[in-house]
Amino acid sequence: MTKAYDAIVVGGGIVGCACAFYLSEHFKKVLLIEKGPIGGGSTAAGMGHVVAMDDSPAQFRLTKYSQDLWNGLYPQLDANCEPRFTGTMWVATDEEEFAHVGDKKQSYASYGVRTEILDSQSLADAEPSLRKGLAGGLLVPSDSVIYPMTAASWMLNHAIQRGATLIQGKAVVSMGNEQVSLADGTLLTAKHLVNATGDRAASLTHGLPIEPRKGHLLITDRYPGMVRHQLIELGYLKSAHEMSSESVAFNAQPRATGQVLLGSSRQFVGWNPEIDRKLISKMVKRAEDYLPEIGKLSIIRTWVGFRATTPDKLPIIGPTEDDPSVLIAAGHEGLGITTSVGTGRLIADIVAGLDSAIDRTPYGLSNREAH
Amino acid sequence: MPNPKCFDVLIVGAGPAGIAAGLAAVQSGAKVGIVDDNLLPGGQIYRGSHGSLNAGVRQKADEAAKAGIDFIGGTSIYDAPKSGTLYGWGSSGRTVLRFEKLIMAVGARELFLPFPGWTLPNVMGIGGLQAMVKGGLDVKGKRIVLAGTGPLLLAVASYLKQAGAHVVGLFEQAPWSSLISFSISLASVPSKLNQAIPLLLDTMGTFKAGSWIVEATGTHQVESVTVETNGKRKTIACDYVACAYGFVPNIELPMLLGCQIVDGKVEVDRNQRTSVEDIFCAGEPTGIGGVDLSEIEGAIAGHAAVGRTDLADRMLGQKAKWTRFADNLDKAFAIRPEIKNLAQPSTIICRCEDVTVHDLESVGDVRSAKLQTRCGMGACQGRICGAATRFLYGWEQGTVRPPLIPVPLAGFEAESEAEN
Amino acid sequence: MGTKINVVIDGSAIQVDAGTTVASAILNSGLSRLRQSVDGQARGPVCGMGICYECRVRVNGDSYVRACMTVCEEGMEVRTDA
Repeated sequence: MTKAYDAIVVGGGIVGCACAFYLSEHFKKVLLIEKGPIGGGSTAAGMGHVVAMDDSPAQFRLTKYSQDLWNGLYPQLDANCEPRFTGTMWVATDEEEFAHVGDKKQSYASYGVRTEILDSQSLADAEPSLRKGLAGGLLVPSDSVIYPMTAASWMLNHAIQRGATLIQGKAVVSMGNEQVSLADGTLLTAKHLVNATGDRAASLTHGLPIEPRKGHLLITDRYPGMVRHQLIELGYLKSAHEMSSESVAFNAQPRATGQVLLGSSRQFVGWNPEIDRKLISKMVKRAEDYLPEIGKLSIIRTWVGFRATTPDKLPIIGPTEDDPSVLIAAGHEGLGITTSVGTGRLIADIVAGLDSAIDRTPYGLSNREAH
Repeated sequence: MPNPKCFDVLIVGAGPAGIAAGLAAVQSGAKVGIVDDNLLPGGQIYRGSHGSLNAGVRQKADEAAKAGIDFIGGTSIYDAPKSGTLYGWGSSGRTVLRFEKLIMAVGARELFLPFPGWTLPNVMGIGGLQAMVKGGLDVKGKRIVLAGTGPLLLAVASYLKQAGAHVVGLFEQAPWSSLISFSISLASVPSKLNQAIPLLLDTMGTFKAGSWIVEATGTHQVESVTVETNGKRKTIACDYVACAYGFVPNIELPMLLGCQIVDGKVEVDRNQRTSVEDIFCAGEPTGIGGVDLSEIEGAIAGHAAVGRTDLADRMLGQKAKWTRFADNLDKAFAIRPEIKNLAQPSTIICRCEDVTVHDLESVGDVRSAKLQTRCGMGACQGRICGAATRFLYGWEQGTVRPPLIPVPLAGFEAESEAEN
Repeated sequence: MGTKINVVIDGSAIQVDAGTTVASAILNSGLSRLRQSVDGQARGPVCGMGICYECRVRVNGDSYVRACMTVCEEGMEVRTDA
């Protein structure tokens, strides 16, 4: 039996939920299909950092645009979404790293993002748990942090309030030509189909240049005040940018509960879900280098996630070339939480035939590096 | 951190199964080590008292020491980083343990089923309160209500009376009919009958079947409980409550090692071999069966681990006998459906994160509960609430990752030269 | 077992028998609350065997120590979450 929708979103991670949220602003019959828990994929391994990232102009534009959208949503979010302006503290270990901080400040300023350069002492005052003698840092007060899973379900619940439907617990076996087939044989139709399945997107849309990039996380018990801002080492961008087989970069976030969330690692090992002890030990070494007392903090949990990664590190937001009914909303690497809302808005613009507030071209499928 | 300890046979857990496994394995000349969270061997049932070994364990502990078995106490296993290696954490930091064969004898924990007020201070498990008294808690003159299910109720009631407490209520949820059938079945296990009779005589006065606590009340700690029997409710003032509904196998380490689990129990063959090569499991994690079965299974595993399957096979008859006893126990003390309905919307299910029944209404599985409500994301790593949600809602548990217990981040450092 | 040990619980010096766990020492001293739950409720030991983590206290400056698994030592300083 076929049912006709205005749009069908496949994938109930934060990107899919954002798509449903913004699509439901224009369309009554939006359907979202998710086979597991809402926000149970890469979303559950996201740090929830809502950050302006300047690896490229296109990346900065999308992250800044998304931040503005998030800021508009924050007053409406439920308390369990825990939106907080922790700000980001980019940490420079030595003079060489500190020398780049001025350029970074300029780059942010050109997009209207205010930042503050901190010298060694000011950094120590702002973050007493950091090792003494670090060269300094760059504070971005407008960056924030949310709890990804509840933010995703908040957006989905709002879409449902506006008339959207959810099918949960059923797997999609194919999507294309205005039709989605479920594993149980159900056929669903819509003029617009959105592939928001993240790291697995290439299995539903063949040939998509998306590979899984595994990351590890650890979380401590409650230690309020241990860390005050989201701390990232300046080497983080290098780790994300270079497509080496394995890299580690220090990243620590204070959660609303007072727990410290620790990342980050990147490796291309397919979908191997095992905790890689060697890589974790490198993360630990790095973390101990920045936060000397952190070795004593009690770790409650470790877990992994797979970032949907494209060769140029930009997400794919737009129609496929041979099947205009299929729109891709996947490939967000480590910025899925941030750019979920920007993506959802752009997808809704495309489907509704509207211009977008930012240029969509860099995120389309044409002229992208293929595998 | 101390240097690594290497064994032919490493046994995790120094309770009845672990000790029996060690004493069996060492007969063949193997280098045997037994590691346990507690500072003294004995596990739960043979927990030492006031810093001293349980009398029954002392003889076995001496035997073990004489035979050269290494006891590594105060050390909690938290990771299995690679084949043949376990990491333990204790007061001196990490201990690296290397082994050829591993026997997991990690026992069980009590099943806590939520009811209104169960989180009040001084409401504990049955074995929990006993452990506290063995740890020096003074209960002289204190009014204690025991409730829940199982023979442990009688054993602990008697123990507490000897410690000077007033047992003001003793409530078994199983109906009289089940208890009578079970008592009849004890005729085939005279040793158990001999254990049971004095306990029964000691506790007859307060014992009530077909009864359970519906609510605990109090301001800063428990002050009274309301108990239901045959639809009638009665309130009893008390200082402590000891309440639990049987046992849950500790399967976290077996799961981390990739052992096949069926219906919440570790699958083993006749020689206690798990689905993973060189890894054995004995006692409660293979199915709750009590101390006698645990000792037999431990011995079977110990013999099998050193290649003496002939000695292991000789014990299969005993194992069958005690398995029958365990099955009768299971049947007699099955938890009745009314217990599932004790929790109210405002009753806490996840104690670590204060997640209530109401909070869990719109989620349908363990993972969604974690992600949307934080249920299971606290320090107990979902052990307490996981057993409850499995029982109440039929939710299957998720994957297990290190650390098996919260450990300092330093526990994830690379091995040092010394540890290698 | 006549040996006595001196420990300090929330600033008060008390004497306990050797072999007493921190959890039992705390309860013997008249306190029933060892920690506060995330919503501010009083909590005490439950499982007695190191699994439930409801008995967490600070011992000699180290946080998240399971009181039921820790034996009192001479001069130990214990802080509940009061």
